[in-house]
Amino acid sequence: MSLEQFSKRDVAPGYIFYNAEERPQSGWEFFKRGFSRAIKGELLVGLKIVLVEMFKRGNTHTVSYPQEKLAIGPRYRAIHKLLRLQESGSDRCIGCGLCEKICISNCIRIETKLDKNSRKEVSQYTINFGRCIFCGYCAEVCPELAIVHSSDYENASEQRAHYGLREDMLTPLDEFKANKQQEFPGFGALSDDADSFVKKTPLAY
Amino acid sequence: MSDILVNIDGVECKAKEGEFVLNIARANDIFIPALCYLSNCSPTLACRLCLVEVDGKRAYSCNAKAKDGMSIITKNEEIEKERKAIMEIYDVNHPLECGVCDQSGECELQNYTMEMEIDSQSHSIADMPRPATDWGKIHYDPSLCIVCERCVTVCKDMIGESALKTVKRGGPELDKEWKEKTPKDAYAMWNKLQKSIIGVASGADTLECTMCGECSSVCPVGALVSSDFQYKANAWELKKIPAANPHSSDCSLIYYDVRHDNVTNSNDKIFRVSNDYSFGPIHGGARYGYDFENVVEGKDEEAFEKVINTIKTKVDTIEFNSFITNEEALILQKLKDKYGYKLVNDDAYAYKKFLDNFASTSGENLYSGDLKSVQKSNFVISVGTAIKTDSPNAGYAFNNALSMNKGAGLYFHPVADPIVDGYSKNLLSLNHKVGAEEAVLYLILDIFGKNLPIETADYLKSFHTTCKQTVGEGEEAKEIEVDENSLFEILGIDDFSEKLPKLLAKKDSFSLIAGEDLYNHSKSKNLAKLLGLIQKYTDFSVVIIPSQTNTLGVSIICDLNKNRGEFTLGYNVKADVTLSALGKGDLDMPALNQQEGTFTSMNKRVVPTNAALPYNGYCLNDIANELGFDAEFTIDYTAELPTRRGFKAVAFDSLPNEFTRAGVENRGYLLSSKIVTCKDEVDEISETKAMNSPLYLANPVQQFSAFTNRAHQLNEAGSLYASSEFLEKRELKSGDMVVVEGSGGVKLTLRVEVDLMISGDIPYLPTFDTKLNAKQFFPNGYRFADVSIKGVK
Ligand code: SF4
Ligand code: SF4
Ligand code: SF4
Ligand code: SF4
Ligand code: FES
Repeated sequence: MSLEQFSKRDVAPGYIFYNAEERPQSGWEFFKRGFSRAIKGELLVGLKIVLVEMFKRGNTHTVSYPQEKLAIGPRYRAIHKLLRLQESGSDRCIGCGLCEKICISNCIRIETKLDKNSRKEVSQYTINFGRCIFCGYCAEVCPELAIVHSSDYENASEQRAHYGLREDMLTPLDEFKANKQQEFPGFGALSDDADSFVKKTPLAY
Repeated sequence: MSDILVNIDGVECKAKEGEFVLNIARANDIFIPALCYLSNCSPTLACRLCLVEVDGKRAYSCNAKAKDGMSIITKNEEIEKERKAIMEIYDVNHPLECGVCDQSGECELQNYTMEMEIDSQSHSIADMPRPATDWGKIHYDPSLCIVCERCVTVCKDMIGESALKTVKRGGPELDKEWKEKTPKDAYAMWNKLQKSIIGVASGADTLECTMCGECSSVCPVGALVSSDFQYKANAWELKKIPAANPHSSDCSLIYYDVRHDNVTNSNDKIFRVSNDYSFGPIHGGARYGYDFENVVEGKDEEAFEKVINTIKTKVDTIEFNSFITNEEALILQKLKDKYGYKLVNDDAYAYKKFLDNFASTSGENLYSGDLKSVQKSNFVISVGTAIKTDSPNAGYAFNNALSMNKGAGLYFHPVADPIVDGYSKNLLSLNHKVGAEEAVLYLILDIFGKNLPIETADYLKSFHTTCKQTVGEGEEAKEIEVDENSLFEILGIDDFSEKLPKLLAKKDSFSLIAGEDLYNHSKSKNLAKLLGLIQKYTDFSVVIIPSQTNTLGVSIICDLNKNRGEFTLGYNVKADVTLSALGKGDLDMPALNQQEGTFTSMNKRVVPTNAALPYNGYCLNDIANELGFDAEFTIDYTAELPTRRGFKAVAFDSLPNEFTRAGVENRGYLLSSKIVTCKDEVDEISETKAMNSPLYLANPVQQFSAFTNRAHQLNEAGSLYASSEFLEKRELKSGDMVVVEGSGGVKLTLRVEVDLMISGDIPYLPTFDTKLNAKQFFPNGYRFADVSIKGVK
């Protein structure tokens, strides 16, 4: 195995160096950059578009949020939900860790342990929504259809890091008992013709 | 074994006559699927995946021996059909639980199923209940087991314990109709698979072995896993940090598998230790004793200043042990050079003197052998070490030599060890009198010596007498002359000369392992010289096991003193002012899993180890910098290790740490040895005082020092350990309290515990539990003491 990663002692492992445009060094260089950016007139071009659109009539494409809300499509990818098993009501999530692995913003973290019945128990499941880009990869990779997206897009927060915990995301029991847990038809859901891909395994019983 | 050429898939490969085809392919980067074969162990032919065509005929590459000019095809249509069927059959009734399985991501069943593109199943047989069991630190789930027998094989051929075996599975038999429907080898594999499962060889409910955990390491699937690790983390989340075993001088390659601790704590934590089981087995201490780190909040400036002040004003001696890196040893030596501190390290001092005396007769400053040479030989002798616990890896090499090379061996030790006895029936266990090691070495010279110096040869002759004996009965009675060797009487063992010719038949490579009992022996000087003679005048290559992790390195790098001065600074040793990685001193230090650096292993190799965990406090380098040195990192000293003493000026970052595919240990570099002047002068055997009730200084399996005892899986309170015979004779039970009384009035009251892995009448006291102060009974460091042991009512 390559030992190179262990030889960079001044930065955290996995640190990537980015060669950006060079910073101006002197006052003169700063002035030159500022001037050249200013006379390009980009600022005025933008202003013009805004002003023109502002005064056009019959041109409203927006709704008066929050008094008015648009209907969201069922496959929209907003804040995650963890679903329960239809039969038993226990967590669908088996703690395989695939969502954690596939997540490109590295914002899912789960904790598993051996429970009293010698099964794998998911003791905690967190998503940092401040980092999540709602790509839907987790929902797609999940073999159990356990982690899915809901249409709950109102997730403003006072902090940049905003953690959703297992208890926040898991379908509440009363909702589950009232039969209100809904399947997610988006990424990761079974396609309509899924049955036709199944090859039967012979059984000796 | 000569060099030959074989052709694999059109590639000409160099090989040795008789080498297995699979190994040749692996060494040459040619892929042949194989599930059941383990390097350095005997092929079991359980999986049959390694099927190839040798000169047009089917053969299994894991047991096909290479001949010159052989031509091998690793795949064709027929072979691929067999392999696909085999993988399909392995998947029959295999639980669909990769999602939770601990092996997922590094599972060979998963990998080969993908590799062979198995996407449907055409075989079936009824399943049966196969409940999982916990065998102490190891968890066995038979429903995941594919009965490749790798666990059984490694335990027998490598570890030497045969603690596991295949047992009857019961359940449905394979229907004959499958015979027509299934390719030949796949059917044969299936037939065997369906009949067995793995069980404890003794038939007991739990494993009574040394718990090295190597079986769980070799298991290709999730059937054998560490109970502690179970369901805690996934393979792909773990980052492997290559390191060296910090607990004993084999310094084997290990990987610390680290990951963030949990959801709320992003700091790294070690979840387990893994190893490259194909070439480097590791023992239980290394595998389970990984979390001995010293966690500190940050730099304790006040304590640091106090220590620095004390060093500057009062300290004249630095005392330490050999659980340190070469770089730290060099820092200490540099401090000595600059400020004249005395360096005291009893362990390395004794070892160094032993090596010096050894050199005075052998003519070389280092011993000639290493574990590889032991593994390759076919006659092995071990003297002066309780090999199973002192240096398990030496034991593995010993056992591997016996089982793989049709070898034979002699195990000389006063404490009887049923585990070592079980290595092979060609191993003679010789439990000689305590202190009689001189006679052992003379006996070896007597049997194996060639062109011995005249005085030695004459001295040896003086032990032999010829006497007459009558053999046969009645008419056929004959009187013959037999040679009697009184060395056997001195040793207090039966004369085994009659068995020797059988043991020595067809033996051509010889290894001798010498250990810790000899270094502080009252006759250690003469013992070392005798060992030197053995290296010089016999075919044996000699290994002298360093007693602690880096004893060899310290003894070469540091100029050690025997006596302490007025005021001592202790490094991991209790003293007037103490630096400690055990967290009990005046200033905290990083433990060996938090440090990078190198060790000098018993293979005379300088091997690197990387830091698995961060350390926020001060280390020895900071102290040295404060005292006038200037190095940013401790490892800046790696390239400064003394070249005139055999080290190389190589920077730490350019030291490799891996085994190549061919199994070559590409780790660090080899120490070079030097020729020194020598004389053949040795003393005669001196009288040893018989001990009435000897006590031995040793650790139980898996324990090596206070560091192993810090790990959560190994933490335990020390006891007096005795065989069941010992307890029975004295009407004691395991768990009773006893008083041990030594000479000079030293006394200790403690629990006695039965150790089923020793027998005979010598109990032992451990050093891993610092609360016990076992060393008070062994003032000179010699590992045997005469004591009295009484039960407390
Ligand atoms: S992929 Fe699904 S089952 Fe696996 S850990 Fe994530 S949520 Fe749980
Ligand atoms: S042993 Fe391998 S194939 Fe079987 S469940 Fe575990 S990961 Fe999957
Ligand atoms: S327990 Fe693992 S190593 Fe042992 S036979 Fe089963 S699959 Fe092979
Ligand atoms: S732990 Fe080691 S000694 Fe015990 S059964 Fe496994 S391989 Fe054998
Ligand atoms: S590896 Fe050769 S038979 Fe399994």
